[in-house]
Amino acid sequence: MPVGDLQEGGDRELEERLRVEQQKAQLQARIHSLTDMCWDKCMDKPSTRLDDRTETCLTNCVERFLDTSVAIATRFTQTLQKSAELQ
Amino acid sequence: MSELSSMADSLDGKLSSSQKSQLIEQVQQELAIANMQELLEKTTSKCFSKCIPKPGTSLYNSEQKCISMCTDRYMDAWNVVGRAYSARIQREFR
Repeated sequence: MPVGDLQEGGDRELEERLRVEQQKAQLQARIHSLTDMCWDKCMDKPSTRLDDRTETCLTNCVERFLDTSVAIATRFTQTLQKSAELQ
Repeated sequence: MSELSSMADSLDGKLSSSQKSQLIEQVQQELAIANMQELLEKTTSKCFSKCIPKPGTSLYNSEQKCISMCTDRYMDAWNVVGRAYSARIQREFR
């Protein structure tokens, strides 16, 4: 490895590649927790294939959960702002 | 995030580029294993509660069948959820 490559200030490329892996891990963790939750809401008795109704339910479950989380974050911010204005 | 940055900093200059690739590969492998373990654990707990409502003295044939189907369906569900979530993220960040 040429000495010129040993620049100061860290290895940005390695850092970037590790960050990508970290994001992948976070994405997978979220998919696990969403699947856990939506399975309970959508799944009846397991059958030989995933029927369309269940698939639609799972997709809606993910979408509405994310909507809910946005709505609550917004509400939260409003409440915080209001209480900040009162002080 | 700053952890990553300082980790990369402290490794700087000490790793050759092939060592770096090896490091990334190892991280990827460990993530894949952790992901599989998580999936296995979740599937076991979900399918146990779906298929074995009242544990008897052995696994009945019908329970075995239910477990097989449930395992496949949980994997399907994981994929459907993953697709829905990724699609949503892509829409939001456009």
